[in-house]
Order: sequence, then structure tokens, then C-alpha cells
Amino acid sequence: MTAARLRALGAIAAGLLFGAGLLLSGMTRPAKVLGFLDVFGDWDPSLLLVMAGAIGVHALGYRLVRRRAVPLADVRFWVPERGAIDARLLFGSALFGVGWGLAGYCPGPALVSLASAAPGVLVFVLALILGSKLTAALGEREVRPSEATAPRV
Amino acid sequence: MADFSPWPALAGGVLIGCAATVLLWVNGRIAGICGVLAGLLPPRSDWLWRTGFLGALLFTGLLAALVFPEAIGASPASLPWLAVAGLLVGVGTRLGNGCTSGHGVCGISRLSPRSIAATATFVGFGVLTVALVRTFGGLP
Repeated sequence: MTAARLRALGAIAAGLLFGAGLLLSGMTRPAKVLGFLDVFGDWDPSLLLVMAGAIGVHALGYRLVRRRAVPLADVRFWVPERGAIDARLLFGSALFGVGWGLAGYCPGPALVSLASAAPGVLVFVLALILGSKLTAALGEREVRPSEATAPRV
Repeated sequence: MADFSPWPALAGGVLIGCAATVLLWVNGRIAGICGVLAGLLPPRSDWLWRTGFLGALLFTGLLAALVFPEAIGASPASLPWLAVAGLLVGVGTRLGNGCTSGHGVCGISRLSPRSIAATATFVGFGVLTVALVRTFGGLP
């Protein structure tokens, strides 16, 4: 089997497991997610257990996998380098938190919920894609002037 | 604690942890939904595995909608508010380089300080938002 085909299979297996996990855990029911965020009201701590289960398994899985020099079907691991905690990270995460608290959707459960064909989740996902694209486009514009002034070699 | 469901939550979490581990083991990739999705928007990169991952995710939703529709709920927010929320999530996750899966699950699992800070921030602002909405008697 070619590496590209194996990568596609690995991604499909991971996507199936991920979707099943979101559905089973209740993350695809916004009311349940909002119940978790409603710490000062009728708090539903279920999501803490979703996180505990996922982090428990992946903390171990991550360490086991990273003993390998390379993944099964690629030439390197695509894991982000450790960077600084900057204003962009915190501001972005704050905006995400507000959106999450308004709708009860984060991106994964919203994509899985598209199958319900409910207008609400369609609007949410379209707006999410638009926001992501706009941010990327504006970010590129920021980069260009510095590139233009960079010395040419 | 009306709707507390510890066992399905824990089992679902374990599946999500397995998913993240499979994607790292086979593809060497972080199972962050925003990151996978962002790479599919032009300019595209590595579309095949990204399409496979997101396609499989959508397929689980379709299957659930057919055999167990109660698993998928609707948001209590109105359409205009869902548009606002979607924009905030799209902008925020692109600026912050990740969402619940990338930072909350994958990042915390490898003890990334950035991901721990991001997760504390978005959970904190999520809690604050829900508390404010409750204080004002719901979204207008």
C-alpha cells in the first residue's frame, strides 16, 4: 500500500472514532455543552469526563507514538513547536470561548451535527468558515509589507 | 446536575483519545478539527487525508441522524446569534491556532503551555458568556 493511501485510511479511521466519541459523549447536543459551561447554574460536569477520558488515553498514546522516529505513513511528525503564550493566542481563545458559550457548538460537534440539516448548524458552520477565511486573508496582508522590505538575496 | 452522564462521557472521551492517537501514529498529525479544516480552505494543503478525516466525521453524523437522531441536538440560540457565534469561533480558533480538540485534547495531552493557556481562556470565557446570558434572562 502506498503511503498516501495509508494516510487516507488512518485519517478515515481517526475521523470515525472521533465522530463516534463526540456523539456518544453528548458533545453534539449543545444544551449539554451549555450545561457544562453553566458553572453558576445547573452545572453538568459530564464534559470534564469527556476531557479526562480523551486526555488520559492520548497522553499515554502520545508518549508511545513519539518513541518512533517517524509516523507509520509520513516522513515526519507535524506537531507544533513549543511557542510563547502571546496576546494573539489568548485573544483568539477568548473570542472562541464567547462563541462557544453563545451557541454551545465548538467546530467538531458542529461538523458532525451538519447531518441533522438543521438551519442553525448550517448557519454556524458557514459563519465559522467565513471567519476563519477572513482571519487568514487579513493575516496574509499583515505579512506582506515586511516581506516586501526584506533584503533580497 | 440534571443531565450528568458520566459513563457515556468517559467512553466518548476514550474514543476521542484513540482517534487522536491513531492520527498521530499513522499520519503524524494533530487531531485538531480547526487545523484540519483550515488546511482544506484555499490555499489547500494535503487534501486527501484531510478530506478523509472530515468526511468520516460527517459520515458518523449521517449514521447517527439515521439510527439515533436524539444524539444530535439543536442549539437554543436563534439564527442571527448562531451566525455571530460561528464568526467568533472561526476568527478565534484561527487567531488562537486551535479549538477544543487541538488545544483541549491534543495540546494538554502533550503538556503544551500554549494549549493549557488557550484551554483555560476559552473555557473561562465560555463560562462567563453563559453566566452573562443567564443574568440577562437569555439571548434577545
